[in-house]
Amino acid sequence: MTPRTPLRLVRARPEPPFTVTFDERELTVLPGQTIAAALWSAGVMSWRTTRSSGEPRGVFCGIGVCFDCLLTVNGRPNQRACLVRAEPGDVIRTQEGTGRHE
Amino acid sequence: MSERPRLAVIGAGPAGLVAALAAAARGVAVTLIDAAPDAGGQFYRQPAAGLGARRPGALHHQWRTWERLRDGLAAQVGAGRIRHLTEHHVWCVERESASFAVHALLGPEQEESVVVRADAVLLATGGYEKVLPFPGWTLPGVVTAGGAQAMLKSGLVLPGRTVVVAGTGPLLMPVAVGLAAAGAKVAALVESADPKDFVRHARVLAAHPDKLAEGARYAAELARYRVKVHVRHAVVAAHGTDRLEAVTVAALDADGRVRAGSERRVPCDSLAVGHGMLPHTDLAETLGCRLDGVNVAVDDEQRTDVPGVWAAGETTGIGGAALSLAEGRIAGLSIAARLDSRAPEPGSYASAAKARAGLREFFTAVDNVCTPPDRWVERVGDDTLVCRCEEVPAAAIREAVDELGAGDVRTVKLLTRAGMGWCQGRMCGAAVAGLAGCPPTPARRPFARPVPLGVLAREPDEAS
Repeated sequence: MTPRTPLRLVRARPEPPFTVTFDERELTVLPGQTIAAALWSAGVMSWRTTRSSGEPRGVFCGIGVCFDCLLTVNGRPNQRACLVRAEPGDVIRTQEGTGRHE
Repeated sequence: MSERPRLAVIGAGPAGLVAALAAAARGVAVTLIDAAPDAGGQFYRQPAAGLGARRPGALHHQWRTWERLRDGLAAQVGAGRIRHLTEHHVWCVERESASFAVHALLGPEQEESVVVRADAVLLATGGYEKVLPFPGWTLPGVVTAGGAQAMLKSGLVLPGRTVVVAGTGPLLMPVAVGLAAAGAKVAALVESADPKDFVRHARVLAAHPDKLAEGARYAAELARYRVKVHVRHAVVAAHGTDRLEAVTVAALDADGRVRAGSERRVPCDSLAVGHGMLPHTDLAETLGCRLDGVNVAVDDEQRTDVPGVWAAGETTGIGGAALSLAEGRIAGLSIAARLDSRAPEPGSYASAAKARAGLREFFTAVDNVCTPPDRWVERVGDDTLVCRCEEVPAAAIREAVDELGAGDVRTVKLLTRAGMGWCQGRMCGAAVAGLAGCPPTPARRPFARPVPLGVLAREPDEAS
């Protein structure tokens, strides 16, 4: 029996994937996915450390309310990974504290 | 030629969509303003087009209703009766002399603002999930139940391979079924309420055979995926260092205390957790609309007490998509009539009003049963973070109340910074109120989302 996956469940035929970089690592993304979805697909669950105790954080609310999933996209810090759609060639970086301004 | 009256609908979920369609069909010029790239709201959240889902309905219920709404919207947009502004994040609605200015930040960056002017406004801003804190709830891999569902519906991704779904409320069953259908191993569904408590509401339940059948269908699906369901149980701790590795599940007694010796460790790499929902009321609060508890107060026509402002859907009280559809229809008909200086014909919305009354009664019963037991407060350790943004532990909140004399959420916030961070207390508000032993109160935020200072300093552009 073929394993169940979200893509099989909806009989998806995605458009060709593209790549982004996440902390210098290349990730494959399906068109239309948010950065958070792309990171989950790659098995990455955290991409931020908190300002005071440096605890790891990733997606919590998934709908743009909680701000736990902040990261830096193309030099802009504090972007909510669950809202921003990945674009080909995006340079994505983990965020430490209040974010690195590049 | 007299211009058509203008309505701004904020939120393109079930309530906003059906209201927009009802008003547009009756001669109102509707601007439907929504933060998402596609209509549907959280309930009908769609996979991105690029993902090429040929059977998106597999992730949804009431798919035919969605198809009707979607096709109706496309037709009205095509006919020029509805303007649909996507990726517009409304941060403020301002009352001008005889009209309203709806301010929205554009796109993912949210650094530029535009304004939409309208003669009437419908707030259909929906709700978000309430999660009460417990040890380990900030670990990566712990997500809200609705968040896991949202990420699945739009991005076709799962939070992990082995998921525990926990908390309380009617959302947990569809979330567990959805995750299992998409390939996750759902190790357990942990519900703190006791379904036996529904017996007290037997009359209300008997009046809703469709809801009972829906529950039975979910129960059958859970059995099919071999999901163990534990009622009167709770996840009392999440374990891991950099990410979730296991949770502790325990049985609760009739008072909501953990039964001694009942704790069991369940290995998992993700936990989808939720303790009910809260309405988004920021825009209503800024407009000065009266609130009833945490909900926007409305009359029989879904009017708020501010002339020209209507509200429908979860913002007026959590009750699911069917209730949102009924309220949206009533609001749309009322707005069309009132903008034409008429009262709506009661007959025009009698069936929607009947559905609304029945569903409100049903969800009142659900709320009574699916309430987190008060004892959750006792399980929050002093070092457990309550405010995730400002990293405020429970000890600081207890100190503010017990030693510094704080008697309300606002004073706790001023003394501890709980609620001052990015999310502006949306995630911790209910928990702070619970720990402080005071009722949750509206937050009275001036803006519904963070706004760059440059936007506040500039004259807004009209939305094109």
